[in-house]
Amino acid sequence: MAAKGRTQNAVARLFAHWRGAVAIVAFVLVWQILGTMSSTFGGKIPTPTQVTQTFFASFVDDPRYWRNWAASFERVLWGFGFAQLFGIPLGIALGLSRTTEEIVFPVFEVLRPIPPLAWVPVSILFWPTHEASIIFITFIGAFFVIVINVFDGIRHIPERYFWLATSLGATPWRIFLRIVLPAVIPSVAVGMTLGIAITWDVLVAAEMIAGDLGLGRLTWEGYVSNTPEIVIVGMISIGIAGYLSARIVDYIEARLMPWAQHDPKFRGRR
Amino acid sequence: MLSAIVNRRVGLMVFGFAAAFVLWYASVKWLPFPAFRRLPDPVGVLQEWLSRDPAYGISVFTADYYVHILYSTYRATTAFALAVVLGVPLGIMMGWKTTVREYSDALLTLLRPIPPLAWVPLAILLFPGTEPAVIFVVFLVAFYATTLNTWVGVRAIDVAYFRAALCLGARPVDVLRDVIIPGAMPSIFTGLQIAMGAAWFSLVAGEMIAARYGLGYVIWEAYNLIQYPTIVIGMVTLGFVGYVCSALIRVAGDRLMRWHQKNIGAVRG
Amino acid sequence: MRSVASAPATAVNGAVTIDAVGKVYGETVVALEDCSLEIAAGEFLALVGPSGCGKSTLLNILAGFDHPTRGTVTLDGAPLASADRAAHPGPDRIVVFQEGALFPWKTVLDNVTYGLKVQRQTAPEEARARALDMLARCGGLDRVAHQFPGQISSGMQRRVELVRALINDPKMLLLDEPFRAMDTVSKGRMHQHLLDIHAQFPKTVFFITHDLEEAILLADTVAVMTTRPGRIRSRVAVDLPRPRHARMIASERFVALKEQLIAAVHEEALKAFERGERELA
Repeated sequence: MAAKGRTQNAVARLFAHWRGAVAIVAFVLVWQILGTMSSTFGGKIPTPTQVTQTFFASFVDDPRYWRNWAASFERVLWGFGFAQLFGIPLGIALGLSRTTEEIVFPVFEVLRPIPPLAWVPVSILFWPTHEASIIFITFIGAFFVIVINVFDGIRHIPERYFWLATSLGATPWRIFLRIVLPAVIPSVAVGMTLGIAITWDVLVAAEMIAGDLGLGRLTWEGYVSNTPEIVIVGMISIGIAGYLSARIVDYIEARLMPWAQHDPKFRGRR
Repeated sequence: MLSAIVNRRVGLMVFGFAAAFVLWYASVKWLPFPAFRRLPDPVGVLQEWLSRDPAYGISVFTADYYVHILYSTYRATTAFALAVVLGVPLGIMMGWKTTVREYSDALLTLLRPIPPLAWVPLAILLFPGTEPAVIFVVFLVAFYATTLNTWVGVRAIDVAYFRAALCLGARPVDVLRDVIIPGAMPSIFTGLQIAMGAAWFSLVAGEMIAARYGLGYVIWEAYNLIQYPTIVIGMVTLGFVGYVCSALIRVAGDRLMRWHQKNIGAVRG
Repeated sequence: MRSVASAPATAVNGAVTIDAVGKVYGETVVALEDCSLEIAAGEFLALVGPSGCGKSTLLNILAGFDHPTRGTVTLDGAPLASADRAAHPGPDRIVVFQEGALFPWKTVLDNVTYGLKVQRQTAPEEARARALDMLARCGGLDRVAHQFPGQISSGMQRRVELVRALINDPKMLLLDEPFRAMDTVSKGRMHQHLLDIHAQFPKTVFFITHDLEEAILLADTVAVMTTRPGRIRSRVAVDLPRPRHARMIASERFVALKEQLIAAVHEEALKAFERGERELA
């Protein structure tokens, strides 16, 4: 009974958003028209139909395409994972220890504005394998974001919590477990959501510049071979992959903070 | 008392930089790992950067250095300006009028997951030349950040302000000028700073892939020509220039929003 | 911008008739039902009732932020709101909000002159002069005319908001629990300020509150709303003499009125509570 009501609700909402659907349809139509027109001028813009055809003809059944998916996802996983692994403790350390902050933060702030891709040559020089150098770049992208968010989150823990815990006789370790860690979770969630988008962005570019496999590489090959259809297939694949990753991160966030679904206060800080 | 604290801060900061420097030098020169050996060392970088006759042609004394900086800055600021001019009004309309939002929301959400840099190859294929292509990609990034933050900023304005203005007899143009723009200002400026940062970030990628001047190009060329110290010069310059641009925006925002600074406690939320 | 049809036939200014007003949200949520109330010109009416009973909904309808699904509201004989008429807020009835809505990005003076400015009927110099005059008369607020709202105390903010409303010479003032977020001492001072201001600039006032003492102290009439769906269940005339002051709270008559109101509100609150329990069960 309840399920039926939910479906009805979903359908109703879909219909209510007709304007959005109109916009998307209009976009595709304009694209189609531009594409058809351009072929009379020298054939540059592929139409949506051409792209779809190319996709179903050459990509869906080609295992190499799916291996590109796997390669990109793997790199994202490693880079993102390491960023959390190193970034969260550093953020906590910066937040809890004034001394650490005063020593490390200035250097950190000087390095932060350097775009991750500017690290590519250094990364290639340093790391023994291609894979490692690409993963390092994605790591850089997510690392700074997570550190800043965790640091910010800890700085905003009201001091009273610490005073209260100490007056109740808590040891530093307990304070860490019971006050610091829970406060960090929303910031980690925000950092992860921002980080995953940056990670994909960085990865795609890194692959274009220096990769041998992966969705970014695929897009680049389309460019090099002057086949825009492949470029667009690549772009859309990347878009879908990025979207899926974001959904996965959302899911993790929901598991970490089940209470946040209903309380806007816990949305964390940018 | 205060001077002691300030001294401590400065002291520790200097210590931090010094330690980083030493670590960098030590790891490049003394660590027995070949990976580290390949990296340029800080002393070499500094020498190159400050030399009147640099081995690889880029230092504070060469005109080329500034030409590259100019190119990069020009691209970043052009794309940024375009993004602001288009993004802020769109963001305002999206936040203000539900119909506008409904038309644009679905489209933007659909296109958003595609990383801006994924547009680079397409842009190069479609635009007549690399310069417009690179600017286009940078524009896209900045545009998204600006529009989104503006939209959020408008939505976040407490509805009571709108109602108060209407009660007092405000017409739509008054509401726009007196409630929406000042109310969304803080968010807009945050968005602008983010947009600026994002613009530099994609600019570098664009330049590395496809340009002939600019700091991204410098870095990539230096790598290809085995001019390693120049790589670092490029990186540091990038960081610095990008930071300055963001800081300029922040300062501009602070001046435009004196009221924000002066309010000792939030009047509302 | 709608213009209120001025009604020269009636000598009153600010008389409101709420006639069988109903408000339904969606298909099922009945906020108001058959709500009727007459407010005489210049009357200070306080509306009390349990939480969530629809007081704010009624205020929103009066203010023009929302429109009723049934019934009509007239102001000085002219129609103000009805089911087939889109809601239009305007300077004939101005709202002072619960948590204050002074524009934080404008100075006090610019806030106060805002209504005159956007109505485009007063020259800026005259508007400024009038604003400073009124601010001075409402407790020397002209001192802070060039400060931002964030720099002055909340009591002062509330007073400035009142001045901002009154300078437009509205027919009615709508106050939605304006002092709810204030501590006892500030609240007491605000009561005195409001009584002073009301004495200087008498208008019809529609005042929503939870605080029964506040209602009796300030109002000419206290109306009690039932729990949801809201209806006016009773009216109590407050026959305490004006000018009022805080000492009256201890007087016999005050206490009697309070007991009368407590009984009425308590009954409604209990009904709401029981219904809430049933809905959860």
